[in-house]
Amino acid sequence: MTPTWAQVAYLLAAVCFIVALKGLSSPKTARTGNLIGATGAVLACVTVFFAEDLKHVVPILVAIAVGTALGFVGAQRVQMTQMPQLVALFNGVGGAAAAIVALIELHAAVAVGHVARFDLVAIAFTILIGTVSFSGSLVTFAKLQELMTTRPVIFGALPVAFGGGLLAAIVLGVVVVASPVIWAGIVLALFGLALGVLLVLPVGGADVPIVISLLNAFTGLSVAAGGYVLSNTLLLVAGTLVGASGTLLTKMMATAMGRSLLNTLFGALRGGSTMGAGELSDRPVRSGAPADVAILLAYANRVIVVPGYGLAVAQAQHTLRELVDVLAEKGVEIDYAIHPVAGRMPGHMNVLLAEARVPYEQLKEMSEINGDFKQADVVLVVGANDVVNPAAKTTPGAPIYGMPILNANEAKQVVFMKRSMRPGFAGIDNELLFEPTTTLLFGDAKDTMSKLLSAVKAL
Amino acid sequence: MSESVVWLTIFVLSVFVGIEVISKVSSTLHTPLMSGANAIHGVILLGAILVTGLTDSTPVVVLGLVAVVLASINMVGGFVVTDRMLQMFSSRNRGPRS
Repeated sequence: MTPTWAQVAYLLAAVCFIVALKGLSSPKTARTGNLIGATGAVLACVTVFFAEDLKHVVPILVAIAVGTALGFVGAQRVQMTQMPQLVALFNGVGGAAAAIVALIELHAAVAVGHVARFDLVAIAFTILIGTVSFSGSLVTFAKLQELMTTRPVIFGALPVAFGGGLLAAIVLGVVVVASPVIWAGIVLALFGLALGVLLVLPVGGADVPIVISLLNAFTGLSVAAGGYVLSNTLLLVAGTLVGASGTLLTKMMATAMGRSLLNTLFGALRGGSTMGAGELSDRPVRSGAPADVAILLAYANRVIVVPGYGLAVAQAQHTLRELVDVLAEKGVEIDYAIHPVAGRMPGHMNVLLAEARVPYEQLKEMSEINGDFKQADVVLVVGANDVVNPAAKTTPGAPIYGMPILNANEAKQVVFMKRSMRPGFAGIDNELLFEPTTTLLFGDAKDTMSKLLSAVKAL
Repeated sequence: MSESVVWLTIFVLSVFVGIEVISKVSSTLHTPLMSGANAIHGVILLGAILVTGLTDSTPVVVLGLVAVVLASINMVGGFVVTDRMLQMFSSRNRGPRS
């Protein structure tokens, strides 16, 4: 039995986690909130060593040191553009840990012989959800890292395979509960791994962040169930907090992209989100030279910059900030319009621009700036595409239909900096590219941006 | 009140707290919030330590240690990467540092 003082310590840690989540919801308190969460986690881990009569303490400490070193180095080294896939990876290993803990508990339960029925339900749940989260996260990692195609992967048998796998997993779960044997747990884990892969394969690249958030909530729930099995209140509370807030967060992200959650997961199976995928159009477009665009920008009164993931990939955000500074000195009123899902995850663009030390006041959220596009002389779209695609408003059936977009099409002039005519992450053509008011600047964003910057400086 | 009901009570109340506590977050913070929540479920480390420390079977200890390593990666990496993201948010309020 856990001593009372330890129970109180766990309660304190749980409070730390609640305060952490609360803190993370506001920019001013976010960093403190995260530190409080970390403090709670450390408190909990120190407590368990003093509260329980543990064996194998030295190997455990070594394992913690190894995991800490790996996590720390990974988190320190990662490029901010690649941060979403790192979060996916961290989430995946957490899910795997939960599944392993549940398997070990099942092994112990088999040895003891008599276990409460509901404990076995929780064990089966943890094994299944933990493994789904693990393999699903690995697939999202591969998609974001572009180790595999970012397009939905669909094959004819996929719905059947998924349905059959799910059914088999449920049957195995019942076996685990009815007559606990370890092999049933192991096979359940294998089915979980397969289901995780099948769940994420048909999700299109643009929807991957939503899935990461969903899998994050899954891992939370499996940790909560693990807490029930181990009679540990902290795991139950922490896991449930993450499960509940993660589900809500997933829903908020999906809403920001104008998608329903079910549509995100299964839309591709119905054929909805592959429409028009990837076909290059050969319609005429107007392309310009950096010098022309420099004049356009320098003599404008109002300019709005729409940054996208392409900007960050090209590492052009520092040059962009310099350009904006120079234009502002020339008296141009200039802001950045940040779409909620610019980048690869909601809020990702804010992080990327903050890294380039763009002042906070210049970053405008969509709702704040969308009315201003009408007055804008020039909109400079850098490495973004889907977030200004009018198809979201005009083309029912397009994968992004219903997603709120930045009204760049209302501006007097639009300048697109693009590598090629390739469609965006969602894989569809953008009508705005063919408008007579649109000028295209082809080339690597960093290279083109440097040319543009020197051209503006020379004026 | 039976013990299962106590657990159920804790669960249900935690669901409400989890929803309530993040209901007013701006989209700017979605990514750090997800990452922070991700770090929090790293407390499965506690469970991994418990199951490893309370067994005698060597294969189970080995498996448990794997779980300890994975959970530590989740927890430590999660908090560190969240802090890195948020560091950038706070530094711009104080103006550029060199």
